[in-house]
Amino acid sequence: MDDTIVLEYTVDAEDFTRAGEASSDVKKKLKQMGVSPNVIRKVAIAMYEGEINMVIHAQGGEIKVYITPENIKMVLKDVGPGIPDVEKAMQAGWSTAPEEVRNLGFGAGMGLPNMKKNTDSMEVETEIGKGTTITMVVNMLGNE
Amino acid sequence: MTVKDVRDILDAEVLTCKDMLDTEVRSACGSDMMSEVLAFSKDHSVLLTGLCNQQSIRTAEMMDIKCLVYVRGKRPADDVLEMAEDRGIIVMTTGHRMFSSCGLLYSAGLSSGPY
Repeated sequence: MDDTIVLEYTVDAEDFTRAGEASSDVKKKLKQMGVSPNVIRKVAIAMYEGEINMVIHAQGGEIKVYITPENIKMVLKDVGPGIPDVEKAMQAGWSTAPEEVRNLGFGAGMGLPNMKKNTDSMEVETEIGKGTTITMVVNMLGNE
Repeated sequence: MTVKDVRDILDAEVLTCKDMLDTEVRSACGSDMMSEVLAFSKDHSVLLTGLCNQQSIRTAEMMDIKCLVYVRGKRPADDVLEMAEDRGIIVMTTGHRMFSSCGLLYSAGLSSGPY
């Protein structure tokens, strides 16, 4: 029996004030499932950062969250501009976010590094002009 | 200390969750950049900020921050306050600036928490 729970979200980039709604819902659902608070925190931070990135850089996208007894996998897929230099984007402090995004409290160049820090694995697949897919996993074991 | 102590020390006005003032708080962080809070905050129960949009509430929600203090007399819009009330996040506003707000709380024993 496959006991994977799948949650799906569409991230709308038109309204910045709504960014984070998907992460908020995932957090609530994981709490109801009795997942350890530390695992929930890591998932919430990583997914929220990813969601903000999708809104800032990629005009939105889709998020799928797969929950199993072993781990939580988040797949964030956008059809945005792609990341020209992933290595640079992974450096703390490096940012291409426009001024208006900084005025909203984001764009300090901590997003991708912080997503990596809070997850047990992170893969970035990106193609210029086509989009970016980020897959992150947080294990249940070892993160309690 | 409790949220009530924070309110008294900062001479602040509580705007949401007024029935939760006995909530215990141990450490705090201060920043206007939510990116920095998400990356560097650890087990903080109080966030001091001058950024009073929806994302400050969302950041507090993700980080399990119990109390949000808006410094420099900032006062968020009603829909932002509603969002905080729904999530059980205590919001207050103080006329003190960021530096003095942090200093006052630190001197009173609120720590900056683990690095």
